[in-house]
Amino acid sequence: MTLSLCLYLASALFCLGVFGILSRPQAIAVLLSVELMANAANICFVAFSHFRGGDTGQVFAIFSIAVTVAEVAVGLAIVILLYRRHRDTRLVLVSEARE
Amino acid sequence: MDALGFSLVAACAALSALLVVRSANLIHAVLWLGVTLVATAALYAMLGASFLAGVQVLVYVGGVITLMVFGLMITRRHEGIIVRAEQANAFRAGAAAIGLFGLLALAISSTRDLDAGPVAPAVTTGELGCALLGEHVLAFEVMSFLLLGAIIGAIVIARRHDPGADTGRLAAKSPPPAAGRSEVAS
Repeated sequence: MTLSLCLYLASALFCLGVFGILSRPQAIAVLLSVELMANAANICFVAFSHFRGGDTGQVFAIFSIAVTVAEVAVGLAIVILLYRRHRDTRLVLVSEARE
Repeated sequence: MDALGFSLVAACAALSALLVVRSANLIHAVLWLGVTLVATAALYAMLGASFLAGVQVLVYVGGVITLMVFGLMITRRHEGIIVRAEQANAFRAGAAAIGLFGLLALAISSTRDLDAGPVAPAVTTGELGCALLGEHVLAFEVMSFLLLGAIIGAIVIARRHDPGADTGRLAAKSPPPAAGRSEVAS
C-alpha cells in the first residue's frame, strides 16, 4: 500500500462521481455522485496524513465530512421542494422553471 | 498481507462505486453507496485513522444513507418499489470521466518521489482531539455554526408554503407547518 495507489483509487472514485453527475438526470442521483466525489477527496486527505505525517489531514477530513453532511441536508431540502412543485425530481425541471 | 487487504478494499470500493452510478434502481444505488462508504472506512482503518473510520461509519452510513433513503421514499413517484434512473448522454459522460481519470493518472505517475520517505507514525485519537480543540478550535466553532445554519436553511427551504397563510384565512383548516418539518427531520 503506497501513497500513489491510494491516489489512484481516489481519482477512480472521483471520476466515477463525475460520470454519475453527467449521466444521471435525477437530483438525488446527482447528490449520490457528489457524495462519491467528496469521499474521494477525504481518501486523499487521510492518505497524505498517513504517508506524510501530521494530523492536519485528518482534521481537514473531519471538517470535510461535516460540510458534506450540511450539503446533503440542504440538497435534500431542495429535492423535496422540487418534488412538491413538480411531482418529479429531474434536474431538467429546474432550468425549465427559471423565469 | 497489507497489499492483499488494500487491493481487496480498493476493488470493493471501486466496484460498488461503479454500481452507484450505473444501477437502474435508485434505492439500490443508495445502498451501493453505503458499501462504498464502508469500504472507505476500512481503508481509513488501514491508514491508521481509526477515529475517522468510526466517524465515517457513524455519520455517513448511519446518517447520510438513511437520509438519502428517506428522501428517495418521500419523492419517488408511485410506481412500486423500483425507482427508475434513466441514463441520459452516458456516452459523453463516460468520455469525460475517462479523460479526467487519464489526466489524473498522468499527473500522479509523473510526480517524482511520491512514494519515497518513511511512513509517519500514526496519529492517535487523543492527539487528534487536542489538535481539533487546540490549534483548529476556531474552524471547529465556525463548522458548528455552518451545520446549524444548514439545518435551519433546510427546514426553511422544505417547509410547506401556504399561499393564503399570511391572510389568516387558512389558519383554521391548513395543516400545521410541522408536516413539512417532519419530512426534513426524517
